[in-house]
Amino acid sequence: MVDRVSVGVAAFLAVSAVAATAYAQQKDAAQEGIEAYREALQDGNPAELYEATGEELWKTPAGPKKASLEQCDLGLGPGVVKGAYARLPRHFQDTDRVQDLESRLLTCMEALQGKDPKPYVEAAFTAPPKEEMIALAAYVSGQSKGDPIAVTPKHPKEQAMYDLGKRMFYYQGGPYDFSCATCHGQEGTRIRLQDLPYIPGTKGAAAGWGSWPAYRVSAGQMWSMQWRLNDCFRQQRFPEPVYTSDATIALSMFMAANASGETMKTPGIKR
Amino acid sequence: MKHAMKPAAFLAALLLAGPALAQTKAAPSWGPGADDAAFTRMLAASFKDKGIARIDRLTQDETQAFCSDPEAAASPNAAETRQRIEAANMATVKWPSDGKWLGDWKEGEKIAQSGRGNTWTDKPGEPNGGNCYNCHQISPAEISYGTIGPSLLQYGALRGGDEETMKAAWAKIYNAKSLNACSNMPRAGHMGILAETQIKHLMALLFDPASPVNVKTGPVK
Ligand code: HEC
Ligand code: HEC
Repeated sequence: MVDRVSVGVAAFLAVSAVAATAYAQQKDAAQEGIEAYREALQDGNPAELYEATGEELWKTPAGPKKASLEQCDLGLGPGVVKGAYARLPRHFQDTDRVQDLESRLLTCMEALQGKDPKPYVEAAFTAPPKEEMIALAAYVSGQSKGDPIAVTPKHPKEQAMYDLGKRMFYYQGGPYDFSCATCHGQEGTRIRLQDLPYIPGTKGAAAGWGSWPAYRVSAGQMWSMQWRLNDCFRQQRFPEPVYTSDATIALSMFMAANASGETMKTPGIKR
Repeated sequence: MKHAMKPAAFLAALLLAGPALAQTKAAPSWGPGADDAAFTRMLAASFKDKGIARIDRLTQDETQAFCSDPEAAASPNAAETRQRIEAANMATVKWPSDGKWLGDWKEGEKIAQSGRGNTWTDKPGEPNGGNCYNCHQISPAEISYGTIGPSLLQYGALRGGDEETMKAAWAKIYNAKSLNACSNMPRAGHMGILAETQIKHLMALLFDPASPVNVKTGPVK
């Protein structure tokens, strides 16, 4: 598998180099490059390495209580990981909050392992505490791969979270008057050569929601959905969203519910 | 700018920005769970200052508030408000101080290419880019362009260069909402993204007969 990955990377770089010189063919070559890369990786997405790290973190006792996360309740009962990600975000009785995967992981780390969530919330996405979160998210999301997304707001707090997410999606601000809808509110548009999913629709929502966490080829990094949203807010020229804050969970609820019925393809692989 | 706004003051400011919000209250396109109180609470708790991107960027002006409910903003009974907002934005347009519309198209191309500026990873002080290629096809040689806005190929060649056409293009770049209340295009001059000379360079990119935008390339595909 590792060999295949490096072959894929070489192929991708080679095609990219051609693209840089052959101006007129740049677009086709770049797209072909990505497609060739995707094909080469079909049974070897580097995200698998993160999934393996995440599984290890999940099962290894840690924190002041020297406990693993194996008894974490992700919504389907303590210890059930299979299929849980496809049903998030959801309302949890114990916290009386609507939570996405990453906020729920923080709850479990605090309750089961006795860890303080603060350093995890405050760390940069490239710093070790966040790397743990992203690996855990990769692992849990992989356990829903191929499952139908099943998020239908029923609890009043889930419905409110959906409403808040919808309003947030259209909320304009900042020096450029951007909202999520500026870039993701029309069918078939793109920024430069990057296709922009139409998030209010089922297919576009699924293209976004159903494929993150994802390994980003251009960055050589694994990104969680929280990181993806953080970077879109940066491009939107907004102030920074707090990690696992309600605005990010509300947008996640909006996307997941819009995507409901489509298939989870996590962890994904992206440009 | 009120930089170090405390959450409470910030909340108050958001609620004070309310008259425009109140107008869309009749039938907001989101459900009751996102009423003004709940939404404002969520905003205040969810964001923090980072670099030059401060939380006061969440405080909306009337245009932003109106356009944040696109369904309501596009409805027939909002036509009067749209016109009022366009007029208010038109009133902000500062015309070229020396009466000259066009600068150097080569500089314009660089500004159109650049997307830098105003994110929390940008440093203050350096000139901003125009982000134009993110949304528009402009020079035919650049095939990495976005499609949120229309193609600007042959812009001057198709429209000519009379005073009225120049004025409209200047107004569009200076304050895009002056001609379309809820345009997806930023208000580059009004929001201080681009300076007057930069706008002149962009005007030259669109109108100068020597600019690649206007060069005859045979039938446009
Ligand atoms: C200025 C334009 C812009 C804004 C505003 C913006 N995004 Fe994005 N978004 C992008 C681009 C460009 C990409 C594709 C990135 C890439 O291909 O590397 C993207 C990708 C995404 C994806 C992943 C899509 C996929 O197919 O994998 C999601 C989900 C997303 N954005 C959600 C949002 C949300 C929610 C908001 C509002 C908080 C938002 N975006 C605001 C430009 C924007
Ligand atoms: C976020 C996307 C976006 C960006 C960035 C953007 N525009 Fe636009 N632009 C649009 C859209 C959408 C329209 C058409 C709708 C409208 O505003 O009426 C438009 C319209 C225009 C028009 C009028 C076109 C016509 O039909 O006459 C001009 C001229 C223009 N843009 C120039 C620019 C220039 C120059 C820049 C860079 C400073 C720029 N735009 C940046 C989205 C954008």
